[in-house]
Amino acid sequence: MSVILEARNLVRDYHIPGGLLKKAKTVHALKGVSFSVEQGKTLAIVGESGCGKSTLGRILTLIDPATSGELLIEGKKIDIAKGDMTPEMRRKVQIVFQNPYGSLNPRQKIGDILMEPLVINTDTPADERRDRAMTMLKKVGLTELHFNRYPHMFSGGQRQRIAIARALMLNPKLLVLDEPVSALDLSVQAQVLNLLADLQDEFKLTYVFISHDLSVVRYIADDVMVMYFGEAVEYGSRDEVFADPKHSYTKTLFAATPRADVASIKARLAKKRAA
Amino acid sequence: MSQAAATSAVSTDPSRRARLAEFWYYFAENRGAVIGLVFFLFLVLLAVFAPWIAPHDPVAQYRDAVLVPPVWQEAGRADYLLGTDAVGRDMLSRLIYGTRFSLFVGVIVTTLSLVGGIALGVIAGYFRGWVDTVIMRVMDIILAFPSLLLALVLVAVLGPGLVNAMIAIALVFQPHFVRLTRAAVMSEKTRDYVVAAKVAGAGHGRLMFKTILPNCMAPLIVQATLSFSSAILDAAALGFLGMGAQPPTPEWGTMLAEAREFISSHWWVVTLPGIAILVTVLAINLMGDGLRDALDPKLKRS
Repeated sequence: MSVILEARNLVRDYHIPGGLLKKAKTVHALKGVSFSVEQGKTLAIVGESGCGKSTLGRILTLIDPATSGELLIEGKKIDIAKGDMTPEMRRKVQIVFQNPYGSLNPRQKIGDILMEPLVINTDTPADERRDRAMTMLKKVGLTELHFNRYPHMFSGGQRQRIAIARALMLNPKLLVLDEPVSALDLSVQAQVLNLLADLQDEFKLTYVFISHDLSVVRYIADDVMVMYFGEAVEYGSRDEVFADPKHSYTKTLFAATPRADVASIKARLAKKRAA
Repeated sequence: MSQAAATSAVSTDPSRRARLAEFWYYFAENRGAVIGLVFFLFLVLLAVFAPWIAPHDPVAQYRDAVLVPPVWQEAGRADYLLGTDAVGRDMLSRLIYGTRFSLFVGVIVTTLSLVGGIALGVIAGYFRGWVDTVIMRVMDIILAFPSLLLALVLVAVLGPGLVNAMIAIALVFQPHFVRLTRAAVMSEKTRDYVVAAKVAGAGHGRLMFKTILPNCMAPLIVQATLSFSSAILDAAALGFLGMGAQPPTPEWGTMLAEAREFISSHWWVVTLPGIAILVTVLAINLMGDGLRDALDPKLKRS
């Protein structure tokens, strides 16, 4: 298995400029994170809000540069601060955002949204663009009828499908999923997760799955990385991490997950009655 | 008709015709907008065919018919349907020809300030930093002057005349567009769909004008229709001060100014150009409202 994505000691600092009365300060959002993901695998990044998950996601998607550290995609080092950003690199990494209501341009029809990456990056003729967009639309479970509609005519789950379709239009190797299901209700979550799993098999996709929902992570991940205040406190295969959490934060995190199975609910009720 | 339009609104046909039908379907839902549009088209026709419609030459002075009242009043004459002014010029003909000037002023001023304002506003809001600071401080300086005073100074520098007045007014109106555009661009810029377009590889130009700008258009359209009417009024004010359209040009504002001394004695000389301005402005504002509703997909019903 080839390694698609490798991060070595990624650091990201945000400088907050000082004013007349307050001093300038630096926020360390990421304090040296390293990991690697193999082709076709899913790495889940877990942690509480503000721990640097999304910052990491933006660096991986080549939106923001890292302050220091190395990012290798398919073994090639890339640093967007130095400007070695080529269309080919662009096409390798795509992102799906958390909020399906903000990630689609409300002025664009679904067809145009799907075709835009092709228009920008390739010189595919218009007919072929159309066909490919249609095919992708069907692949994510929508119909041709939806091609000329606007995003506001869709539900959250459908929008997230469209966002996934858009991300896949350029045949990327790596998909960064920034909490893709946390804005959706449970039944739709399951549908979208199943869709993601199917697409992974079909296109040999590599996922970096950012989430705070452990049950979702347990379902989809191969490897898990737990982040806490900008540091990776735990990193290993899913079974390892879930079976034997080493860091105290990971243990707290698992303990804090609400359990919804019948046995635990009964136990909880019994405890309540006893008290 | 509405049945056909309703189906075409969700069809998969991307042709221009289908898009137009879709636009019209939503525009026609707003009755005020349709009335405004009809009146506006009527004005445009009047302006284009003025020489054939107007019964008299707008600058010809009939010495035997000075301050004749409209035809339905006592002493009104069928020759002069809306009466004549202080030097015997036919009011109806002057009003018809005045349509040309007013629409011309409105269109040119709005276009100039809209295009300039959008370009500067998008650049300021998108790049921020020192570009933003320079542009916005210059706009603040323009805004610090009373608008008519600045227009007056500019016209005094450029020389009096309708064209120079229009340039001056356009410059004075520009900061409002710049501010509106900048604010809208700044709020849209951080949205996820812009980041998504960036990840898809869109360059600065595409992001600015194809991704962000269309989402900022609704307030700009409203501001444009408002400034269309203010432009007509400001041009009239400049004409009144002798810096805009020069007599005997039959511009509505200039007509209004010339007739100032007859307010109490001969109502029609003042009232009719005033009504013309009022109705035109109202029609354009109604139309702008409908335009915004039709252009904003968020307001569409699915």
